[in-house]
Amino acid sequence: MDGLKPVTRRRFLTWSGIAAAGALGVGATQVNWSDLLARASSDPLPPGTGILVVVTLYGGNDGLNTVIPASDSAYQSARPDLAYKPSEVLDLGEGLGLNPGMKGLKGLWDTKKLAIVRGVGYPQPDHSHFRSMAIWQTASPKSPSTTGWLGRWLDASGDDPIRALSVEPVLPPLLAGEKTAGASLPASGLQIPQGALGKAFLALGKPQVGENPDFARAAKSITDLAEAAQALKDAKSHDPDPPTDEERSKGGSAGGRGALGAQLDLVAGLIETGVPSRAYSVSLGGFDTHADERGTQQRLLSELDSALTAFTERINRSNRANDVVTMVYSEFGRRVRANASDGTDHGTAGPAFLLGQRVLGGFHGQQPSLTDLDNGDLKPTTDFRDIYATLLERVLTTDPAQILSEHPGRLDALLTA
Amino acid sequence: MGFVGERAAVRRLHERFGLGPRPGELNSRFDQVSAALLGNVTPSGPPPPQLQPEPKAAKDPEQQTAITVWWLDRMAATDSPLVERMTWFWHGHFATSAQKVRGAGLMLAQNETLRRLGLGDFTSLAQAMIVDPAMLIWLDGQKNTAKAANENLGREYMELFTLGVGQYSEQDVREAARALTGWKVDRQTMTASVVARQHDPGSKTVLGTTGPLDAHSLVDLLVSRPASPRFIAQRMWTRFVGRTPPAEDVLVRLVTAYGPNRDLHALVRAIAAEPVFRDEASTVVKQPVDWVVGVMRAFKIRPSELSTADQKKLLAGLRGMGQVPFLPPSVGGWPSGPAWLTTAAGMSRLQVARLLTAKVDGFSVSSLADLLGVDWSDRTRAALSPLERQPRQLAAVAVCAPEYVVSG
Repeated sequence: MDGLKPVTRRRFLTWSGIAAAGALGVGATQVNWSDLLARASSDPLPPGTGILVVVTLYGGNDGLNTVIPASDSAYQSARPDLAYKPSEVLDLGEGLGLNPGMKGLKGLWDTKKLAIVRGVGYPQPDHSHFRSMAIWQTASPKSPSTTGWLGRWLDASGDDPIRALSVEPVLPPLLAGEKTAGASLPASGLQIPQGALGKAFLALGKPQVGENPDFARAAKSITDLAEAAQALKDAKSHDPDPPTDEERSKGGSAGGRGALGAQLDLVAGLIETGVPSRAYSVSLGGFDTHADERGTQQRLLSELDSALTAFTERINRSNRANDVVTMVYSEFGRRVRANASDGTDHGTAGPAFLLGQRVLGGFHGQQPSLTDLDNGDLKPTTDFRDIYATLLERVLTTDPAQILSEHPGRLDALLTA
Repeated sequence: MGFVGERAAVRRLHERFGLGPRPGELNSRFDQVSAALLGNVTPSGPPPPQLQPEPKAAKDPEQQTAITVWWLDRMAATDSPLVERMTWFWHGHFATSAQKVRGAGLMLAQNETLRRLGLGDFTSLAQAMIVDPAMLIWLDGQKNTAKAANENLGREYMELFTLGVGQYSEQDVREAARALTGWKVDRQTMTASVVARQHDPGSKTVLGTTGPLDAHSLVDLLVSRPASPRFIAQRMWTRFVGRTPPAEDVLVRLVTAYGPNRDLHALVRAIAAEPVFRDEASTVVKQPVDWVVGVMRAFKIRPSELSTADQKKLLAGLRGMGQVPFLPPSVGGWPSGPAWLTTAAGMSRLQVARLLTAKVDGFSVSSLADLLGVDWSDRTRAALSPLERQPRQLAAVAVCAPEYVVSG
């Protein structure tokens, strides 16, 4: 941890939400909804165009109780009260099994449409939620960055108005670019009042020459709202943050949202209507299971499972079945050894999931050893940027070099070309 | 760099260190307002609601709503806005969510501690927070025992509350967790205490200091690190001045004001006295609660006087904008800056604006500018003028203008 200088602090402040979304400062533009709307009706995203859905699990999902080495005695002895028995897990082969809450994903696994990348992390792992999430979302483990990896992809996609969308009220860092930022949509309905009031409100969105950047961005958000309301007038209305249950709240101190099913439902609707967006960001929170982990995590994984399964089924019925690839990740896994509260503290590597018709199902990457540990933590075997590079190249058809600073790694066997 | 004029600087004082100007409060000189606003540290406002005892963890939406409406009401009504401003600041700093605490009484007790100590010395505040019952539940402090430590509280305490990331090692996190072992919360009495047999009395080494550290001595150690005053000053700077970090010479002055007594009131006054505070570029995007409370103070609206249905609409609107008191999204608190200016939030903002201006009367485009202390741009003047004869709609749209959504 030595050698982290003020610039790192600034990055931390930025991405932890304590300072600003720095990339959205001077001269930033947001998604142009007029273009989006025009193209959704006149020129919808052509079938055959890759679409990426990123699912972020906030809090640090315990990978060892997700893809479970149940028959490994080192696993059983490290967490006797927290471990799943071999008979409880959904067998995947190679001594690993899925958490019993993930029956839908087991079905996808059996049809070879679920890829599990094992031991995913990055060198010199950071145990802070906020920094590790920043590293994943900026894809910049070594040096600070103020832009997210999909934000840089937005920048790189130039004047072509294909864009990235999130359904969070606050922009996730991964969608913040230098020049462009993804748009956020409320999962509930958008209805601008009719008449003089609505008209006056929308007129506040006009750019004003020489305006302070924060004012300009406030104005732009009103224009975007008008155009989003028009584009999404038929989208289904959901409550994005229903009251949470006790199980989720136990691991909730590290952020993230609920109602993943509703978020993915909205995304599926947008994809079906041909909105020309190629990247979507959704999230599920509650994985910071320092205590009473088993029930909490299994419930969250069940929610993840049913949301992903329903989404996959819906997309498979559409004409986009071969276009959509979904990635699921968390900022880190957890310590191998349980703590005294029937939970686990922050750890390092964890599994990432990829789903879709183009995914080559099965295991990718090596399972980290449970005996050769780094100060009690798993040693990562796969760099997460290998996954990003593959997704950028094969799904978003963009040269990863400019987005990931020449990161050379790939997982060639992850997706069909 | 250019500086904002006297009137805008006075408005900034009210918006950043207070909770927004009430009618007539913009008519004094900067120095007068600064002395009065920043000098008033005696809490005032409506007393908290009487709550039912909560012997067990339980979600009680009615009590939760009661304390939330009460706090918003107090922010709208108080004659000591700095006190409530700092209580609100510290709530975002020591961000604790009722979602996991599941006890309105414990949240309220923490709130009162933040109010009582928020302008005193940071050592006392930090000492109170590390064994605050709601905090212990929120960060699993009471699950942390000698048998095996739970690192959650110790890590976040160093990273987010006292030092900042990068100022400690992973080994320090593990050792700090040991120092914090053994604390238990009694929900019946709303107190926390150490259970001796669950506390690890052994020697620990944190940041190079070795000894039988406990919660008290750990906090003393952390707040006396050189990184701590800089971290606290920067956190305040972000909220009160803007997202451009303070220059080194500014930071040195702020740390000097904070001084060996860790004087939070002196630090706040030093921030307000910095010339950069009046720099045109030092804009702050209002957090949703700041915006809502500002509207309520300007139009003399009290949440306590709204119907139950309208109170619920107000809270739903805040949720739509992404910020409800007592429910921070994570231990890192709420974001700042343009992250608030999303399409999704704009919709909720207009709905809340209409709710709060439903009964106002007698305003014109120019009298609203006077009331709110802003100068309308040509764009905004043109947008508002068609509503000149519909004062309620005019007021609703005016408070959604960029000039008011951002503290310029």
